[in-house]
Amino acid sequence: MSQADLHQKYPQIWKRFTPKETLIRYIWFTGIVFIAVWSVSNLDIPWFYFLDAHVQAADLFTRMVPPYWPFFLEILNPLVETLHIATLGTVFTVFLAFPVAILAAQNTTFNKATWFLGRFILVTSRSVNTVVWGLLFVAIFGPGPVAGIFSVAARSIGFVGKLIAEAIEEIDVGTVEAVEATGASNLQTLLVGVLPQVMPVVLGTIIYRWDINIRESTVLGFVGAGGIGIVLYSSINLFAWHEVSVILISIFGVVILSEYLSIKARARIT
Amino acid sequence: MSYPTTWQPPRFFSNPYVRYSVIIGVLGYFLLSYLTLEVDWQRTLKGIPRAIDIFQRMFPPNFSRWEILVRGVLESVQMALAASFFGMIIAIPVGLIAANNLVPKPVYYVGRAFLGISRTFHSIIIAIFFVKIFGFGPLAGVLTLIVDSFSFIGKMVAEDIENMRPGKLEAIKATGASFPKLLLYAVQPHILPRYIGVSIYRLDANIRHSTVVGIVGAGGIGQTLAASFSRYDYGFSLAILMTIVSLVFLGEFFSNWIRAKLR
Repeated sequence: MSQADLHQKYPQIWKRFTPKETLIRYIWFTGIVFIAVWSVSNLDIPWFYFLDAHVQAADLFTRMVPPYWPFFLEILNPLVETLHIATLGTVFTVFLAFPVAILAAQNTTFNKATWFLGRFILVTSRSVNTVVWGLLFVAIFGPGPVAGIFSVAARSIGFVGKLIAEAIEEIDVGTVEAVEATGASNLQTLLVGVLPQVMPVVLGTIIYRWDINIRESTVLGFVGAGGIGIVLYSSINLFAWHEVSVILISIFGVVILSEYLSIKARARIT
Repeated sequence: MSYPTTWQPPRFFSNPYVRYSVIIGVLGYFLLSYLTLEVDWQRTLKGIPRAIDIFQRMFPPNFSRWEILVRGVLESVQMALAASFFGMIIAIPVGLIAANNLVPKPVYYVGRAFLGISRTFHSIIIAIFFVKIFGFGPLAGVLTLIVDSFSFIGKMVAEDIENMRPGKLEAIKATGASFPKLLLYAVQPHILPRYIGVSIYRLDANIRHSTVVGIVGAGGIGQTLAASFSRYDYGFSLAILMTIVSLVFLGEFFSNWIRAKLR
């Protein structure tokens, strides 16, 4: 083997990718950049808005500081209502997500049609945002916390149901077979063989979703579905930015607290 | 010695006092929250015939104004694509400074605080501020989704770096590599697969979120949807909702496909 061949085979400089791989990577990069440029250029962004953006931001800041703290007493009730909407919505979800998850898991569903139905409910529930569900339920039940509870539940079914269905698909088949071998009925198999195996995931997912739901229910009021969002929306429309900052700080506190609780609770479960 | 004839599955809380007090506490809280909410049941019951009425008016979905629909959907998708791109880029520095095995403690706290604040507020609240600063239109929406994306991807990047085995970092450090080289040869290969996976997931999430920031005037199909609801034009609403659902379904399918291919 000549020197040149050796160099070819054992190059002096180490390269992680072959030239072909490098080329493919660069094609990917250019493609991504191209898509981004196309998207931005098609959006008709008024770039001159950036010129006075810092002025606007500074203006907003001076209007928001200092927060008008006496307003806090007025938002206490809506804040509690927000928490209740999130909690009750999550409670509802538990009852609704379970049957749907059983339908949507390949090993517990009854047939192709029920599986498809389960999947369809999960996808629909997840693709429609909580606030959009809010629009619908406010139209149905009128403004108020009931619409909020339903929209939180409607959105959460997809999230919780999907994760439970995935957990059900990954269970240990042996346990289920062992329970079946004792002559247990379908329901008994589900309760004794399947349920205990997915319980940690179920509890963890529900607590996690509860914490997300608190965040979501802070804005449900924008479409009239109850909670702190109603106050926030009216304060913004009145340009009462001192009040807005009080509300935002309170939301921040509540969300951080619930996230902390949810992390602690989930750490105990799993 | 006799074996027990009945079997009790192991309980979640082994101490019965703890178990029952937790159960009672949780149920009590549910009851309390139900009782404190001012629910007008009569109004709620009236909702059932109203729901039937709305669904009747929704069918058949009205696709006659499909031009508006297509324009709105296209705008939403473009907002999602642009936001994912910039969010991916901004997520890297933010993720790096929020990883505690890479940067000094004060920088780490700044990074974490930044991620924490941007993740706490719902995208609609962030959208309101951008609408105030940048005016109505897709720009505010894109900026909102960028904040959403970089805080989400950044957090994942930071966690991924923190989960790295120290050996990888030490091996590159031992060659005398500078900090940028350390990032390039130790951190980058480690985080790349997860980073791409999370970014693709985020693209799919951005498509979902881009349909809603429009409600506060930040562009996209959400604006059209909110308008159709307030004009009781439920046929058009259903058409928009069906389009959103199929769009999200496609986006999810696409992102699953790419992630399966990358694995």
